[in-house]
Amino acid sequence: MNILQTDSQKLLDGVLALLSQKGIVTPDEIAARIASTDAASPAQGARMVARAWLDPEFRALMLRDGTQAAEDSGIPMRGLPPLGVLEDTETVHHLVVCTLCSCYPRAVLGYPPFWFKSAAYRARAVRDPRGLIGEWGTTLPEGVHLRVVDSTADYRWMVLPRRPAGTEGWSAEQLAAIVREGDMIGVTIPAIP
Amino acid sequence: MFASGQRVRVKFDWPETRGTCHIRTPHYLRGREGVVERHLGCFANPEDLAFARPAALRDLYHVRFEPPAVWTEEAPGDVIVVELFEHWLEEVA
Repeated sequence: MNILQTDSQKLLDGVLALLSQKGIVTPDEIAARIASTDAASPAQGARMVARAWLDPEFRALMLRDGTQAAEDSGIPMRGLPPLGVLEDTETVHHLVVCTLCSCYPRAVLGYPPFWFKSAAYRARAVRDPRGLIGEWGTTLPEGVHLRVVDSTADYRWMVLPRRPAGTEGWSAEQLAAIVREGDMIGVTIPAIP
Repeated sequence: MFASGQRVRVKFDWPETRGTCHIRTPHYLRGREGVVERHLGCFANPEDLAFARPAALRDLYHVRFEPPAVWTEEAPGDVIVVELFEHWLEEVA
């Protein structure tokens, strides 16, 4: 029988049984990984961003070693590609793309938005990035340079955006609530709703 | 090893025309010149890894390109930063 026509659940059960029998990975490890994949969402990344806005030491760690910062935030990163964090400043704005496929910091941010994988996004992010983010209504202030990061190999990148003015005195929860998925990709900029 | 600030050229090579392969070097950069920003670490060569062959560790760099060197329409000062493996980079004097 053609493997493509096999009942998918039977096939999955067979592969899982073989992985376990051969001692490659235990059912518990698979269950744990499924649980952490399900838990990954933009809200996790937003919590890291909010913490970095409030805690200079965590911010420094996040920029130096994103993987460790994620681990410190309760996100299991063992065996996963390293997380790189791109710091937006007064003069630099980052935009993340994977022109080759759809590399994305899934462990932290969950599944990428559908458009992140589209050919149109991937092509325009390198060819016409300012026009592209304009589709989200994002215009960079005068004097801000754009750094497009094409995620082609072993790192997974997220943006640490700038904290919006007018959020002085806000709690970590309040700050995390305004950080959107697109802010951590760079197509949008955090704003007070 | 390349130092930060080293000018490099991405090899103008098209292994995909010579047979089946898996390459993490985007087409739009082949033959283009950029500047090494920093060493990102050593990673198993994806060109072997993809075919379950023994994969040696290779140096990976963040390399910065001025978009005008790649496309014609972008704003001056904007840059593209890409992860590239050492075996795809040639030193530019």
